[in-house]
Amino acid sequence: MTAIADTSKPRLADKARLKWDAVREKHLLLFPEGVLVLNQTAHDVLALCDGQRAVAEIVKTLVSQYAVEINAIDADVKEILQKLAQKTFVTIND
Amino acid sequence: METPRPFSLLCELTYRCPLQCPYCSNPLDFARHTTELKTEEWQRVLTEAADLGVVQAHFSGGEPLLRADVPEIIRHARGLGLYTNLSTGGTLLTEIIAGQLRDAGLDSLQVSIQDADAENSDRMAGGAPSFEKKIRAARLVKSTGFSLTINVVLQRQNIGRIEAIIALAEDLGAERLELANTQFNGWALKNRAALLPSRAQVEHAACVARAASERLKGQMKILYVLPDYFEQFPKPCLHGWGRVFMTVAADGAVLPCQTAREIRGLKFDNVREHSLEKIWFESETFCKFRGTDWLPEPCQSCPRKEMDFGGCRCQAFLLTGDAAVTDPACSLSPRHNLIAEALAEAGTNEKLIYRNAVESLQTSSNRR
Repeated sequence: MTAIADTSKPRLADKARLKWDAVREKHLLLFPEGVLVLNQTAHDVLALCDGQRAVAEIVKTLVSQYAVEINAIDADVKEILQKLAQKTFVTIND
Repeated sequence: METPRPFSLLCELTYRCPLQCPYCSNPLDFARHTTELKTEEWQRVLTEAADLGVVQAHFSGGEPLLRADVPEIIRHARGLGLYTNLSTGGTLLTEIIAGQLRDAGLDSLQVSIQDADAENSDRMAGGAPSFEKKIRAARLVKSTGFSLTINVVLQRQNIGRIEAIIALAEDLGAERLELANTQFNGWALKNRAALLPSRAQVEHAACVARAASERLKGQMKILYVLPDYFEQFPKPCLHGWGRVFMTVAADGAVLPCQTAREIRGLKFDNVREHSLEKIWFESETFCKFRGTDWLPEPCQSCPRKEMDFGGCRCQAFLLTGDAAVTDPACSLSPRHNLIAEALAEAGTNEKLIYRNAVESLQTSSNRR
């Protein structure tokens, strides 16, 4: 499995779609075989996975959005991306 | 505990089908349910489903593409923000229909193939030759810009060619390959002696699927659904009765799962008479096996009860005559001997009973 580098450009897979579920008031990720209920951070990361932004940029955006230090979220963001890439919901382009 | 809301709705748009697969998941008496919901009725069902919490709509049949209004129904579902998934046998897919489905916003398209071997695929599907049309349809799915899923039901007469099946899916450029071992309810149960594989076959297939899955990581996702006759514990059928999933059948009957019509004595409310919300929360049938309070022993005191919910209700009924007992596929079931007996009979008969209207009326006449 490729490690998530700062320069990687993750993109939400074509088959997957983000959805705000107004009935449950949760963020969801929809894909052919199922549904994933997302926590806020996972949603915010995925919403930035457009294949244009590099991981470092995504982290920077979230740092200002959450008003926290880089160290507080850098590892989390990479871990989330790693997991989602393993499940093929995100493609990682170097 | 608060009653959960469904995430997923299966719309069986029609029970009609040009294929006659002997393991079809439609009920044995499908030919007795001849009325079909109209376009506006399906659209209303989808609207009610979205309000109820459904986020994913699967469209299947029979063969859904026998209806000309599928793009219109899918467009409506997409307008509601639902993720849409269509399963087809492929034989009726044309450039025009594929384009209409794409324009309607369809998210995912799945084509079923019966075998990698053309002759055996045709024999399994019954009726007119279909293999070449299916291959053409799979290529068309790709060239239309959809991601392609290939569905294959595994059984005794194709499981030995699992390598060739995986190679075919690769060659077609599939992003996903669903290898689902036959679930022995309804038609498949009628044909069990001819379709149930041996343990050696199942173990070989699992090994091949695992290795291919590793090799094709990032290119093609392989879903290998284990056959419950060979497992120690039963499947958490649909993650629990009336918990995340519901089916609306071609005639508007609302079912906890698509095979539930095999359970005699259950009453199924119809969307023509009641709202989906009322049926989900209040109908006797949906409440009957929801949660774990109804579970008998050995399930009630079992630490796995929240994992498998006592297994499959249809299987419990079809094998024991009582839908409220532990699924006999569970090694802890007092009726687990039924599985051993079935395994002993595997391969003793090669003759197939095909799923068609004539057989349907015949096999369902003696139980009415």
